[in-house]
Amino acid sequence: MTTRAKPRLGVFKFSSCDGCQLSLLDCELELLAVTDAVEIAYFLEATRKDMKGPFDVVLVEGSITTPHEAELIRQIRKSTKALITIGACATSGGIQALRNFTDVNGFLDIVYARPDYIETLETATPIAEHVAVDFELRGCPINKHQLLEVLNAFLNKRKPNIPHYAECIECKQRGTVCVMVAKGIACLGPVTQAGCGGLCPATHRGCFGCFGPMETPNTGALADRFLGELKQDKGTVQRAFRSFNANAPAFREESLKHD
Amino acid sequence: MTNRVIKVDALARVEGEGSLYVRVKDKEIKEVRFGIFEPPRFFEAFLQGRSFMEVPDITARICGICPIAYQMGSIQAMENALGIQVPAPIRDLRRLAYCGEWIESHALHVYMLHAPDFLGLADAIQLAKSNRDLVQKALRLKKIGNDLLEAVGGGRAIHPVNMRVGGFYRTPTKAEIQALIPDLEWAIQASHDTIRLVGGFDFPDIEQNYTFVALRHEREYAIHEGRVVSNRGLDIDLPQFLDHFDEEHVKHSNALHGFQKPGKQPYHVGPLARFAINYDKLHPEAQSSAKEAGLGSVVRNPFKSIVVRAVEILQVCLDALAIAKNYQEPARPYTEPVVKAAVGHGCTEAPRGICFHRYEIDDQGLVKAARIIPPTAQNQKQIENDLFKVVSANMALSDEDLKWRCEQAIRNYDPCISCATHFLKLTVDRE
Repeated sequence: MTTRAKPRLGVFKFSSCDGCQLSLLDCELELLAVTDAVEIAYFLEATRKDMKGPFDVVLVEGSITTPHEAELIRQIRKSTKALITIGACATSGGIQALRNFTDVNGFLDIVYARPDYIETLETATPIAEHVAVDFELRGCPINKHQLLEVLNAFLNKRKPNIPHYAECIECKQRGTVCVMVAKGIACLGPVTQAGCGGLCPATHRGCFGCFGPMETPNTGALADRFLGELKQDKGTVQRAFRSFNANAPAFREESLKHD
Repeated sequence: MTNRVIKVDALARVEGEGSLYVRVKDKEIKEVRFGIFEPPRFFEAFLQGRSFMEVPDITARICGICPIAYQMGSIQAMENALGIQVPAPIRDLRRLAYCGEWIESHALHVYMLHAPDFLGLADAIQLAKSNRDLVQKALRLKKIGNDLLEAVGGGRAIHPVNMRVGGFYRTPTKAEIQALIPDLEWAIQASHDTIRLVGGFDFPDIEQNYTFVALRHEREYAIHEGRVVSNRGLDIDLPQFLDHFDEEHVKHSNALHGFQKPGKQPYHVGPLARFAINYDKLHPEAQSSAKEAGLGSVVRNPFKSIVVRAVEILQVCLDALAIAKNYQEPARPYTEPVVKAAVGHGCTEAPRGICFHRYEIDDQGLVKAARIIPPTAQNQKQIENDLFKVVSANMALSDEDLKWRCEQAIRNYDPCISCATHFLKLTVDRE
């Protein structure tokens, strides 16, 4: 029997908090099995080894916020068979995409004494706006079990089993009483993609949208409920849609209605 | 004439994106730059206009490695602004969560990021090839930290969902907390083994006369509250922090550098600082382990920070076990905040050093101004000073070995560069 070379994995980071690539290292029980199955050819957070492509699979965390990043992601795309984006930054732009709703120069002045030293783009954008992406894994942060599922699927050339339904389904599966119906707590669950496991309602708070919009979300109806029955003001509703996935089209469009 | 340039464009095994540039001419160091090219993310700007209740979930996203530091700092600042004092059981639960973050972050750094340097390996995967059991044990220790975070933090360790201004959204049940006890007992033994292991490493012989700055608390090894204290006599409350410390936008490295006023002096935050300032507050078991590993009450060799981190893992495992054993469910999960216009300060010991927050909110509870000073910003000047000394002492090394030694010296600080609230892109001046 001939032994085949292990598939080569690269992990790259753009503008982000590091949390999604840390999720791979947080797979404590599975990490050594992963490193048995793939060769980690580039993963700066974990290794000094700096090997060039080509890669079989690349995981990308973070959004594109500088001209350098925009160039780098093109090079990475050319060097890999499959490119998977992980986390809200990579799939929608992340929290730093709040700059997309304002003039970034105003932000520069607030934070930096010498804005002229800084090189930044006007917007923070998802990877898929720059290159073709083979799969987008949502979450802020991603769910590590979903990460393992996606990696496994790509290594075995099958479709990842990642649901696109609403967070509400996870509450039902878990037996969590609906916080919005029972307690009048505003919850983005009805328009947010499942994936975290239904954490917030089980913790007695409303979902705040870490996994971004579900497939065909009815954001308008939910916003009406926040404004009507829950008596929220427009600013509060707008901010609810403007967090880690503010730049995801469905959330972006809804938030723009509440200026 | 010899002209040597040591360059690392992208530092490995640090959290976030950093780089290093050293220029030596005729055996004289001309330039040392520890650069940060993590792109700015403008947290302090977009926090303006957000509700004080939203801030902890947003600041968590500054760093995926130490989200608790950013949540707790902002929560305490808001509570400080609104005059909320949380009861003892809530305080204990917060410390328990923080212990989890320390265990997770320190175990990650000690075993996966820093130990490979001392063993001449590229990474922990190489280490697993020669000693799989050791790496498995390290991963279990790290997991116990994450398990603590999940138990207190509402089900996930990265960006936990359960922390709020006033307390917790839901307090864990007694059974949930007591379930952690057997693992914590194992973790204490594993921590002793860790101290013995890393205490036996070879350390480059370098000492620095640091100004150490850390939190100090009258009853405990300070983690989540205390006064800001230095080994040179400073002892202040949080509102005075900005009278004594500031940051500057330095052209030569293009990064905000923390300094102590007056005279823009560098200072050192993190394990060595905490250890020196709070040695007397260490658990007796942690103190005797430190002695066995050859540590005095002050450690000035930055390469020995790995041993101090190991001692701190033991300290927080002991703390966490005591809290878990005594845990009683609080009467109420949180105190309801009453909004008013105010200014508040918060500061906690992130695994890599003090992390300072200041917020001004209006009478609707919306943020008017935010200031966050992460630990790695504060250490930057000191890291460059260390590099200067490390390069001077190691001129005889080959470029490749000197480069590695410099990387190791940076990793001494476990720099968390992704705290890009206001770190800048590095631009190298070409000559």
